[in-house]
Amino acid sequence: MNMRRIISVLLENEPGALSRVVGLFSQRNYNIETLTVAPTEDETLSRLTVTTSGSDRVIEQITKQLNKLVEVVKLVDLTEGPHIEREMMLIKLKATGAQRAEIKRTVDIFRGQIVDVTSSVYTVQLAGASDKLDGFLQAVGTSGVLEVVRSGVSGIARGEKVLSL
Amino acid sequence: MELLSGADMLIRSLQDQGIEYIYGYPGGAALHIYDALFRQDKVKHILVRHEQAAVHMADGYARATGEPGTVLVTSGPGATNTITGIATAFMDSIPMVVLCGQVASTLIGEDAFQETDMMGVSRPVVKHNLSVRHPSEIPEIIRKAYYIASTGRPGPVVVDIPKDMTAPNERFEYAYPKKVKLRSYNPAVRGHAGQIKKAVDMMLAARRPIIYAGGGVILGKASGLLTDLVRKLEFPITNTLMGIGCYPSSDPQYVGWLGMHGTYEANMAMHHSDLILAVGARFDDRVTNATEKFCPGARIIHIDIDPASISKTVDADVPIVGPVDAVLKEMLALVKESKEKPDAEALASWWKQIDEWRAFHGMRYETSPDVIKPQEVVEMLSRLTNGDAFVTSDVGQHQMFAAQYYKFDKPNRWINSGGLGTMGFGLPAAMGVKLTHPDDEVLCITGEGSIQMNIQELSTCNQYDLPVKIINLNNQALGMVKQWQDMNYESRHSHSYMDSLPDFMMLAEAYGHVGIRIDKKEDLEPKLREALAMKDRLVFVDIQVDRVEHVYPMQVARGSMKDMWLSKTERV
Repeated sequence: MNMRRIISVLLENEPGALSRVVGLFSQRNYNIETLTVAPTEDETLSRLTVTTSGSDRVIEQITKQLNKLVEVVKLVDLTEGPHIEREMMLIKLKATGAQRAEIKRTVDIFRGQIVDVTSSVYTVQLAGASDKLDGFLQAVGTSGVLEVVRSGVSGIARGEKVLSL
Repeated sequence: MELLSGADMLIRSLQDQGIEYIYGYPGGAALHIYDALFRQDKVKHILVRHEQAAVHMADGYARATGEPGTVLVTSGPGATNTITGIATAFMDSIPMVVLCGQVASTLIGEDAFQETDMMGVSRPVVKHNLSVRHPSEIPEIIRKAYYIASTGRPGPVVVDIPKDMTAPNERFEYAYPKKVKLRSYNPAVRGHAGQIKKAVDMMLAARRPIIYAGGGVILGKASGLLTDLVRKLEFPITNTLMGIGCYPSSDPQYVGWLGMHGTYEANMAMHHSDLILAVGARFDDRVTNATEKFCPGARIIHIDIDPASISKTVDADVPIVGPVDAVLKEMLALVKESKEKPDAEALASWWKQIDEWRAFHGMRYETSPDVIKPQEVVEMLSRLTNGDAFVTSDVGQHQMFAAQYYKFDKPNRWINSGGLGTMGFGLPAAMGVKLTHPDDEVLCITGEGSIQMNIQELSTCNQYDLPVKIINLNNQALGMVKQWQDMNYESRHSHSYMDSLPDFMMLAEAYGHVGIRIDKKEDLEPKLREALAMKDRLVFVDIQVDRVEHVYPMQVARGSMKDMWLSKTERV
């Protein structure tokens, strides 16, 4: 059975390290659904989060193959335990006439914020688990959507577990 | 402290790393390095005729000695020509460092003359690659490159060196690092004690056990320990194509190598076993046949230094991540001190069954009164060299015949491209072996297709006096392709023959060597003896062999281990 997984990786912050990770996925026919990467508080390290799906055997291979990359310092499959998952979305919606109030209400329900306004457009910011963002898009319908930007998933384990050196 | 230019630091680093030979080809971006090479005499450079051959030479050297090989080439085409060689080494986990010139850092990304993104091009086929960003980093990068290449699961490492990093006018303090530490790279140094104990208990309780050893035993220098363990347990042992020589083939406990063209008894014993101890092997598709039908009654213990090799294609019941020598040593100690002994009766009846399989088939082929069979050439070579030569091969039928009929009793003697299957590997690999083993017999068993993929190296052999023996099993066809076309495409021989072969005798002579042609069966032994007697000459022996022979046994596609063709007409 294919399960969605969130794999979080501490990577040496070196040129070319990211291309090795991305290359590994395409080379071995693994699937990348989302990918985020940025430096951490320790500037020699980057934190990379990738969401993927596959059978248990494929996921095991993905984590093993990632670990084999010389620049991968540590990694964790966050979906193996309790964790917090967040994705950020910026979305431009057509907002005219009666729609303006309706969109505002939907944004409030999803605890989003309208961060920019023109006479015909709302720009909305929304953060949460990916399925919440999917839910918002479904609620507002496709007809009014002008542009969508999603950050990809970031995640962190709940409780005292940390991924660090 | 000494002040040296980047180029001088590079060569000094090689000296301090203990590198005696490097194989390469100069060009613009590598000229500062070649100049530094010229001004010293510790590191010797072998000039090949094509960069691919330089990599195979380094590879042959590494396989014969267990030490990393070294290659030096220029940017662009020099670098890209190494890719097939690097991929060959990568697939077979061969330690190697490939030093590539690059255009000056100020030109990178501008499509400069002879610029290629070698970091990007090589990335999928290297263990790691490193780029020099400041000349002062060179000693540390070289130290790291050899460390990564030769530890853990070995593999090729590429170092990309922009030309301005080796400029002669800028000098830096030189010190070669004694140690290297990488926080993100820590290969296992021993196996998990609990898992090893569990494995030994299972081994001692097994009724139909078999040991399945791979190239990892040779790379891990664990042949001696494996042999001790196998003899102590009295279990049958098979090995992969890459593992040939890890256990003496003349020993009665050896059942031959396994897989697509393995022996009948090895494949039968694997299929019917109740316990498989896999040591440094990776359950490759050429071994397992259809994985869902693989050894249905067997529990599997898998020892490997690379965790990603375990449960990749076939699930292991007891995974043990660690160096094979350390793990085997612990296993042997546990077996010796254990009060449990393998069930003698069960083992005796297992051996009886295996001996029946051996008697039923074994390795055999039909001889002919007048046609020279490729198998008999290899058998004769094995006898004439006492099974003690280094044998390299290319890829195809001749490779399988060489592996099947040459009797290897020592590791590091059988040198072939098992994983990538690279035609053109044999001759340069043989050269790499001969250079460092001048007193040993080095045979390149090849075919008329493969040998032409790096035939230009006959010139290098002349320059450096490398008297290898080339045994060309000439069937005037790309034999393995033709065999598959016979079996799967109703003998439609699409582009599998060559009707304009060169006169190999004249070709050898043109390069300053000796050519011998054998086309009569009665000439085979005397002429082979004559060739082998010419110790200080390269002899190209062109042997006209049976043009329609197939390699058997051959596993039936998508079947289990035990489904095999034993000849063109017998299927089991």
